[in-house]
Amino acid sequence: MPSLIPGAGKVNDFVVKFANVNGTGSASANSLIMKAIFRMGVPVTGKNYFPSNIQGLPTWYEIRVTRDAYAARATQVDIMVAMNAETYAKDVRELASGGYLIYDSTWPRSSLLQRGDITVIPVPLAKLVNENFDGVRNRILLKNIAYAGVLAALIDVDLEIISTLLGESYAKKPKLLESNTRALRLGYDYVKTHLTSPLPLRVEHMDKTRGHIMIDGNTAAGLGCVYAGATVGAWYPITPSTSLMDAFKGFCERYRVDPDTGERNFAILQAEDELAAVGMVLGASWNGARAFTPTSGPGISLMNEFVGLAYYAEVPCVIFDVQRVGPSTGMPTRTQQSDIMLCAYASHGDTRHVLLFPANPEECFYMAVQAFDIAERLQTPVFVLSDLDIGMNDWMCPDLDWDDAYRPDRGKMLSSEELSKLEKFYRYVDRDDDAIPYRTLPGTNPKGAYFTRGSGHNQYGAYTEDSIEYQLVLDRLKRKFAGAPKYLPKPVTTAGGNEVGIVSVGSCDGAIREALDVLERQKIPVDYLRVRAFPFNNDVEAFLKAHSTIFVVEQNRDAQLKSLLTLETAVEKAKLHSILSYSGLPMSAQPIVDGIRAKLEEAPRLSAVPRK
Amino acid sequence: MSYINKPKVAHPSLPINDLGLTRRQYEGSMSTLCAGCGHDSVTAAVVEACWGLSMQPEQLVKLSGIGCSSKTTAYFVSGSHGFNAVHGRMPSIASGANAANRGLTYIGVSGDGDSLSIGIGQLVHVIRRNVNMLYLIENNGVYGLTKGQFSASADIGTKAKRGEVNSSPPIDPVLLALNLGATFVARSFSGDKAQLVPLIQAGLRHNGFALIDVLSPCVTFNDHEGSTKSYTFTREHYHAAVEADFVPRAAEIAVDYPAGEAIPVSLHDGSRVVLRKLDPAYDPTDRAAAYHYIETKLAQNEYVTGLIHIDETAATEFHSVNRTPAAPLNSIPYEKLSPGRAALDKLMARYR
Repeated sequence: MPSLIPGAGKVNDFVVKFANVNGTGSASANSLIMKAIFRMGVPVTGKNYFPSNIQGLPTWYEIRVTRDAYAARATQVDIMVAMNAETYAKDVRELASGGYLIYDSTWPRSSLLQRGDITVIPVPLAKLVNENFDGVRNRILLKNIAYAGVLAALIDVDLEIISTLLGESYAKKPKLLESNTRALRLGYDYVKTHLTSPLPLRVEHMDKTRGHIMIDGNTAAGLGCVYAGATVGAWYPITPSTSLMDAFKGFCERYRVDPDTGERNFAILQAEDELAAVGMVLGASWNGARAFTPTSGPGISLMNEFVGLAYYAEVPCVIFDVQRVGPSTGMPTRTQQSDIMLCAYASHGDTRHVLLFPANPEECFYMAVQAFDIAERLQTPVFVLSDLDIGMNDWMCPDLDWDDAYRPDRGKMLSSEELSKLEKFYRYVDRDDDAIPYRTLPGTNPKGAYFTRGSGHNQYGAYTEDSIEYQLVLDRLKRKFAGAPKYLPKPVTTAGGNEVGIVSVGSCDGAIREALDVLERQKIPVDYLRVRAFPFNNDVEAFLKAHSTIFVVEQNRDAQLKSLLTLETAVEKAKLHSILSYSGLPMSAQPIVDGIRAKLEEAPRLSAVPRK
Repeated sequence: MSYINKPKVAHPSLPINDLGLTRRQYEGSMSTLCAGCGHDSVTAAVVEACWGLSMQPEQLVKLSGIGCSSKTTAYFVSGSHGFNAVHGRMPSIASGANAANRGLTYIGVSGDGDSLSIGIGQLVHVIRRNVNMLYLIENNGVYGLTKGQFSASADIGTKAKRGEVNSSPPIDPVLLALNLGATFVARSFSGDKAQLVPLIQAGLRHNGFALIDVLSPCVTFNDHEGSTKSYTFTREHYHAAVEADFVPRAAEIAVDYPAGEAIPVSLHDGSRVVLRKLDPAYDPTDRAAAYHYIETKLAQNEYVTGLIHIDETAATEFHSVNRTPAAPLNSIPYEKLSPGRAALDKLMARYR
């Protein structure tokens, strides 16, 4: 990004990548640096590229220092902290021309340094640490803090802020605080004594992170479930959704345990598989608790049968799908948006489901709450389609806000008193002509008793094989789905009356916003609509109609959002052009800019001229 | 089966229970099973048991999977909610429902196909989870709705209606439950109402997972010569080891039992079950001994019936382990569930 401040091109705008070995404790050192920069008031994003493994395989962490507060992955690396011998050659190659390479020179690797266009910064990290600390594991851990010290000196991270952060982490462990502080100083002082610092790539205090937090989407979603009043969580562990339930559990242990009695106002069921997990959610929701399950693609595949039952028997159900790379087991620790079609039409027979698409952790929090309201209002499954990038990476978001006046929308649920006044209760009769029937809870009133079944049933809840009775219910379900958008979050639109538009979902958002800025500077103004829910709102239809060339940006191979748009809106297929990213890496701005430019240049007629 | 619905008119002389309800008020819709089906007898026993316990109909939740047996939840206690789940997955629905409201009574009805083939994973884990419910397996050794294929409980050497002989070893739900540490394990026969009714009552009142394997012959596909799940075969190989008498809370134990033969066991709600040992060598409170006894008798071609194992002392029931409050989770006011804005503001500091 060209700087607005002359001569300051490298200040607060560069990428540091850490190449580590999985299981060596590098994550805390990396996030220490990221948090310190954040506390200096400088926007950052962190992307973790980790293997599906516990120990020994290569892992990378990327910190983008971004004074313009872009949320997407940057495609170039300016500083490489190369701590993994195994990937060293690859890491050296990845560094941008003019970049800096920091490596552990205890074991010199001059033969591998074939590039003349980078600056190599040798630091004898292992030697420093071994001379100062005992114990194998201890030395491994503290070497990470030592390189954090090196980096802090090189890019001018405020040492006092780092010390404060360490103090907070080890408030109750003075011994660890002492050793970590000493390790930090080892690296920091080595640079100050032996090298020139800071580098031209450096951090300067700003004031752009006030009122913001760094949080991952799974934590935010887990917190959202607590605020939504969910009391039952059922799950089967699966990457990358596990940390959502971990977060829910952690928050419940903090906020939902009676300090006097130790009684817990929640229940978490670790199921035998995802089939059971979603079954538990159905059972609990049917019985009046707010219940949810977090999972990922393979889990959704297994849940299909029950999802169809929930749709047909009209049982509320909240499912978080933190998407990962498919098909099959795929790449469990990489990101994708490839479950869109799977979730939209999950299960056999005619079924269609409500989908919510958060774009960042902030929306994970709010949409978690909305998901329960919508599921209960519509009495149907609601999928929250997050992904690994949102779910497991730290994003800078505005502080989460809460209105204490919020009360859950439990939908059309009849109380015992209301039931008493009824002559007779029928579960699936459309009393209000809005295609949403009334439900009752077990244990309230014998008048409310009904039979929930996935077999053919009529509007009175009785078993049927009669064509007309069956169709009456099925047609109402269709009407209910068509009426859903008024309860769903509206799309977010940036429109300036241009001919060219982008339609996208979820975590592509950061990359698109950055791409729009680049295109704007290249005099290619483009409008943008981010879909936030399915079934689509009328605004989506209007946007598609108003633009002659539409780029559908998404993270899968088969253009699933585009397919859904062609199936569920009146858009002409020929107007839609896909820009796809399915490498497993988070979306970046470059392919969007390139894709749009290439298409527009190929057909000059379509050049992005404002309409009026 | 009958094609005529009985009128819902109660004769004034019909006996009533403590709630003033007659047996008729514990019935459900008309059965659509074959005439003579063992399952209908089980349904009648459930009606009798619930009536006898003076259970509030709306306090009962009926759950089932798919199959002939799973249809029967529609045939009893029409005043209670029913949930006909998908095939073999009723235990997960029951686990979730029970988590949401521990205050209701849960009865699951399943069959040998539903429980021992497609649903064995869920059965195994609901036992491990020790969800407080009564789980009835109406066991007939065949798939009825798909016309007579062997199920996983079919014995080696048993003959199908068309002459095919089963060669795979059976899964015995009683041995399975004992193995998994179930705290209430019983076996009975649809044709022995006197034995079955108190077992159902005790199972409903047991604090934890109660399994009753009910041998319930399929008159259409498995009641012929050569079948080991026919009425005739079951009657001939029936070995009642421990009979159970259910004694409601606050009632006196009225029968005089010969010394050494009766073991009264208190259930958590104050009711009791008195175990009458028909075989003096048998100890139903000793799980390992029970396992050995059942296995030995099975090898001799005998189905041991009665309350095979009971343990009222175990503290493993799901909600005890979870430390759930006495009030059902679905009734806790939202104000107690939301940490509120002040807590959120405070929490934000953790993420800076």
